[in-house]
Amino acid sequence: MAKRKKSLSEYSTGQLVLYRFSKNKLAMFGVVLLAAMALVILLGPLVVPEESVSMMHIPERFSAPGENGFLFGSDEFGRDLFARILYGGRISLFCSLAVIAIAFVVGAIIGGAAGFFGGKVDSVLMRFIDILMAVPSALLAMAIITALGNGVWKLVVALAIGQIARFARTVRASVLTLRNMEYVEAAKCYGSSSMRIILKHILPNGIGPIIVSATLTLGQTILSISSMGYLGLGVASPTPEWGTIISENKVNLQDFPHLGLIPGICICLTVMAVNFIGDGLRDAFDPRTKN
Amino acid sequence: MADNTKNTSENLLEVSDLHVQYRTDDAIVHAINGLSLRVKQGEKLGLVGETGAGKTTLALSILRLLPARVGEITQGSIVYNGDNLLDQPESFMLGLRGKRISMIFQDPMTSLNPTITVGKQILEVLDLHFPELSKADKSEKVDEILKMVGIPPSRKEDFPHQFSGGMKQRIVIAMALIAEPELLLADEPTTALDVTIQAQILDLMRELKDKFNSAVILITHDLGVVAEFCDTVAVVYSGRVVEYGTVEQIYARRENHPYTSGLFNCIPDLTSNAPRLVPIPGRMADPRIPIEGCCFADRCPHCTERCRKAAPPVVERDGHGIMCHLFTEGGER
Amino acid sequence: MSWIKYALKRLLMLIPVILCVTLILYTILSLAPNGLARQKLGQDASEEQIYALEEEMGLHDPIIVRYVKYMAGVCRLDFGVSWINSNNVLNEFAHRLPYTLLIAVLSVLFAVGVGVPLGIFSAIKQYSLFDYGSTFVAMLLFSMPAFWLGTMCQLLFCVTLGLLPVAGDKTWTCFILPPLILGANTLASMIRMSRTSMLDVIKQDYIRTARSKGAAEGAVILRHAMRNSLIPVITQVGICFAGAIGGAVVTESIFGINGVGMLLINAVKSRDVPIVMGTVIFVTIIVGVINLIVDLICAVIDPRIDLAS
Repeated sequence: MAKRKKSLSEYSTGQLVLYRFSKNKLAMFGVVLLAAMALVILLGPLVVPEESVSMMHIPERFSAPGENGFLFGSDEFGRDLFARILYGGRISLFCSLAVIAIAFVVGAIIGGAAGFFGGKVDSVLMRFIDILMAVPSALLAMAIITALGNGVWKLVVALAIGQIARFARTVRASVLTLRNMEYVEAAKCYGSSSMRIILKHILPNGIGPIIVSATLTLGQTILSISSMGYLGLGVASPTPEWGTIISENKVNLQDFPHLGLIPGICICLTVMAVNFIGDGLRDAFDPRTKN
Repeated sequence: MADNTKNTSENLLEVSDLHVQYRTDDAIVHAINGLSLRVKQGEKLGLVGETGAGKTTLALSILRLLPARVGEITQGSIVYNGDNLLDQPESFMLGLRGKRISMIFQDPMTSLNPTITVGKQILEVLDLHFPELSKADKSEKVDEILKMVGIPPSRKEDFPHQFSGGMKQRIVIAMALIAEPELLLADEPTTALDVTIQAQILDLMRELKDKFNSAVILITHDLGVVAEFCDTVAVVYSGRVVEYGTVEQIYARRENHPYTSGLFNCIPDLTSNAPRLVPIPGRMADPRIPIEGCCFADRCPHCTERCRKAAPPVVERDGHGIMCHLFTEGGER
Repeated sequence: MSWIKYALKRLLMLIPVILCVTLILYTILSLAPNGLARQKLGQDASEEQIYALEEEMGLHDPIIVRYVKYMAGVCRLDFGVSWINSNNVLNEFAHRLPYTLLIAVLSVLFAVGVGVPLGIFSAIKQYSLFDYGSTFVAMLLFSMPAFWLGTMCQLLFCVTLGLLPVAGDKTWTCFILPPLILGANTLASMIRMSRTSMLDVIKQDYIRTARSKGAAEGAVILRHAMRNSLIPVITQVGICFAGAIGGAVVTESIFGINGVGMLLINAVKSRDVPIVMGTVIFVTIIVGVINLIVDLICAVIDPRIDLAS
């Protein structure tokens, strides 16, 4: 008899998720694309000095891509579009990661506490979350920016507050479904402490929907940050950010469309890569949603 | 093919050498491997076997409702009243399903549409197959069948979520019987219910068995239910019928397939004081790997070298067939 | 009628939510520099003059006192005046709301009207070229920033091809492109959601039951699958509408439509607190009412929802 293939039930949940994820071509495409983007953005500064972001080469303004040594061309002040996109990408990516991290930590604390302790704690915290949900998140972010003024970190806080509710709800739902599971009951019987139960049992088993939600939110957050940049809220020109770059070239797009096309494509590709990964993770964590 | 079998005229359903497989992401699962069985008009056949033996797959294959793209019939024939269902166009199947062959599903909780009233769901069968009836006639028929399964007709405007599990199963049964089908496929109709409700549903089915002339294939893993309800039995293992015969022949326990014997040993016998039940060791062979030899070899107490090498043929005496080398020539008993 | 009772109950429940929202907003916005005194006294006023006037106007009172005063005004429908141009907040908002509502409603209609049929059809024809195509389009639109799509479409259709007016809100042709741009992201999520929902529903046992009754494929989809698959999609429409009003800020600023979004963005940039405050309160109420309507529609479609409880 041929050597028996290892049965799927012999893998751990984590291995299974990774296995399914690695078989998803679109998700792997997303990983490669995002990794390439991140690599260029992280290592780019070794090649392109930071000064070239704002260095103006007036005689060489509106260079076409590849012309005068500008890979992506130059804008109306003769600034290197590639350098601006490179450094702008740092803002776009790091800010969105920061937004997700903050929203996740705060949301996880609120939702985790609500789900785990239940009762009064739950109803009070969830009322608070309902109130946050009542205001459209874009408007909430704008109100906070009105109060705090412009600034990268202020923008991050403003956007993060708008996402807390989503994470709190996801975490709470995960905790609630898991709280009464038999293995948690069993752990309680063995006398494990609350903290230990949360860390050892609830977190590893309930993490799936949270990771998926975080990934899909990351994509939308990149879009939000660049939209805010485009409107001049939070980050404003001349600070390079993918949204502000498009905004500052708005008037010249008719004659030099590449000034808008290239940063726009960068946003699209990044968000798409993140979304592919998010969809892949969703299917990997819950194969029933896959068709 | 249908003509050269001697029993064609009296056999309502004849499944021969059926092979069904499911394609999953990483493997091909061989759910049914050369299964054959016959059902006569009005015969009540009990299909017995453990979970994963391919019982539900068989029922879905007969109706040609295997999940699209995943499940596939690769070989064999299903002859119903002289027509090989596998060669018929979909339009033929539409006229067959629900009217001549109907099915009761395992889980009544999920098998009714939550957004349509139960009355309308039952009525739909009449709308589909008896368009010539007047509205009043149809409505009267619905009331009649509801009364028969023990649901007050006044509740037909209610939605499924307003009924208990046992009542839902009564509604599913009403839906399956309203067209008075020639063949009823009952797929573990009581498994998903509470024990007390199980008894009620079985009582109902026993009662209805005599009112309707339908042939029934009762899929179950409960030998007790089969003994009460059925005329004949087919024991399924790993997608094959390993033993078939009348209830008397099988339950006499003179000659049984080792698997059937194993099943009997799992039933608590209140009359004897045997110290404990004897479980069948091991579990069913991995359906992703094709089996050479006998499918039960790994778990069989009588397994020999021969069982591992060659698949046993079916040995039939007086309509009692056993697929085991023990009963072939040279098999020691 | 149970639904009227339910609607009234929900509207009453909206009041404490609005109170909390305003309290939180008021607290946050009190961090912004108050421009009221400077606006009254003019740019030449000295710090002392401004401080004196602020004291007189009660701007240095504890925040809770100021909040109660503000809410007392709100109860008389007095939302204050803009710090920039002294316009009445309520008037400003009422004047601009129709434009925003128009493009928001059109965009949601477009997204639902096109997205749901596309999603359902691609679920039915899973693995077909159509399915791959619409999934790809959905992914593309889902990943595209609205401001970029808007700018590029404006460039193509309005500037280069000259088919539509570049900006403005005077003729009906001005309201063709903006709702499409605003609805693009919603369209993507509608396609994705209705496709997933339909795929989920056609795997359900009751669909198999319907098939086993002898219903043809079309009837199975129309009678049994459609309604069930629409329930989660409709639940999302309320959220989409809230998103559309938020997104209107971008769309209105690209296409120069003088709506609430334009009002808000200018107010945020000039840190005009009364306008921001008023706008957020109004929009929160509108979104709350729309969510209520959506829930009522869901209750009509899904008999399992019991409004009484």
